[in-house]
Amino acid sequence: MKLNRSFNTQQSKQYISYCYKLFCILLIIFSALSSASPLQDQTQLRRYYQEHFPNLTLKDYSNGIYAIDPVARQSWQAIEEFPPYENAIEQGERLFAAALPDGKQYADCFDNKGMGIANTYPRWDTAKQIVVTLAAAINECRAHHHADELAYNQADMLNVLAYMAYTSRGKPINVVVPEKDENALQAYEQGKAFYYQRQGQLNFACATCHIQNVGKKLRAEILSPSLGHTNNWPTYRLKWGEMGSLHRRFAECLANIQAKAYPEQSVEFRNLEYFLSYTSNGVPISGPSVRK
Amino acid sequence: MIKLMAKSITLLLSVTLLACAATLEKESGQKAETGKEIAFSRNKGNCLACHEIEGGEFPGNIGPPLKELPKRFKNKQQLREQIRDATRFNPETSMPPFGKNKILSAEEIDLLVDYLWSLQ
Ligand code: HEC
Ligand code: HEC
Repeated sequence: MKLNRSFNTQQSKQYISYCYKLFCILLIIFSALSSASPLQDQTQLRRYYQEHFPNLTLKDYSNGIYAIDPVARQSWQAIEEFPPYENAIEQGERLFAAALPDGKQYADCFDNKGMGIANTYPRWDTAKQIVVTLAAAINECRAHHHADELAYNQADMLNVLAYMAYTSRGKPINVVVPEKDENALQAYEQGKAFYYQRQGQLNFACATCHIQNVGKKLRAEILSPSLGHTNNWPTYRLKWGEMGSLHRRFAECLANIQAKAYPEQSVEFRNLEYFLSYTSNGVPISGPSVRK
Repeated sequence: MIKLMAKSITLLLSVTLLACAATLEKESGQKAETGKEIAFSRNKGNCLACHEIEGGEFPGNIGPPLKELPKRFKNKQQLREQIRDATRFNPETSMPPFGKNKILSAEEIDLLVDYLWSLQ
């Protein structure tokens, strides 16, 4: 297809680096197709990003795009001086302490009275055979104590999540895929397949942007790594002008490629979160956060 | 007399021809304008999302800069195929299949091809 390509050294260097990148990408895609263990996925992804960003440590990935985009990082740091999510933490603390209809509190539902545990979600529920995200666990707690469920995109839910994340800041994500549970592994695999599945009119996979083209510019936007994508939630997104959830962000990325989106806390999104969280193990919680 | 008539007919003919050529010229100029709009517009080609194109603001860098394409493609048809369905040439490509997935119509792709072909 391409004719008369004469190479000078600059071009051939570029060509070699291109081939190398292609090789890495093919390796990742191949490993995505062959059934590697979750731990192998995690190791391979980390290695891939390490080669891309040799100066980053695991902990840096908690700041998403701001770890790799120095320009955006500056304005973000300025906003962090008076963080727009502070109110959410305060409201969340109040809601968290309030009594549920039967006199119990959220603290009665969680390990360590709910403090510093956001990094251990989502969890596989062996009895129910589903992935339980922290948001879903909050609603399970409410149901157990005879309170109505909270809507996942509403302030009360986001505020409780913000407070619980805040008490977990700095704690490395520690999500488990129980090895002996075939269904847990299957949920993880479904999340992974979703991540690598091309979809929508524009024919992108999540991985096309956040793995294959990580660090490159899509128009003026630099693409962030998937590593750490689950650690900064909920977030106050300037574009939204309010707090929002991880699943809302999933839906937005899907809408951008004209693909079918799923409701918050759908099985698809829970499994996706399971895969992303597991492969992000070790990245410290930084939620609630602010993003542009 | 006949000579004169012949002369004026030739003159007339050449004037019309010239005029035709001029409109053709103008038309392909207009074409390039629309092709450019399709390339730049976010809800059309949005090629700038991934490619540097002369005169385009905030280009992405996922694909190579779009210039001097006649040097890289044998003919317009091959360029058209790349835009219609880039996955044919590279299954792992990030480039959306604009024709195959009906993101752009065949006419829009033709306009794009003419425009891109003219870029230095
Ligand atoms: C066409 C490119 C593209 C695709 C495909 C895409 N994203 Fe994104 N995504 C972006 C951009 C651009 C941003 C904003 C800048 C950034 O943080 O990378 C973003 C942001 C995000 C964020 C927020 C990160 C943060 O730190 O707050 C998450 C999470 C995310 N994407 C997940 C996904 C998932 C899951 C999918 C697939 C369902 C997906 N993305 C598909 C382009 C894409
Ligand atoms: C999301 C990214 C993306 C978008 C949007 C995109 N491209 Fe591409 N394009 C690429 C990539 C990556 C390549 C490199 C070759 C490949 O992967 O197929 C490429 C290659 C090309 C080439 C071949 C260049 C060469 O020198 O070999 C042409 C021509 C081209 N694109 C035209 C377009 C046009 C026209 C549009 C808009 C209608 C467009 N592209 C939109 C990513 C994109």
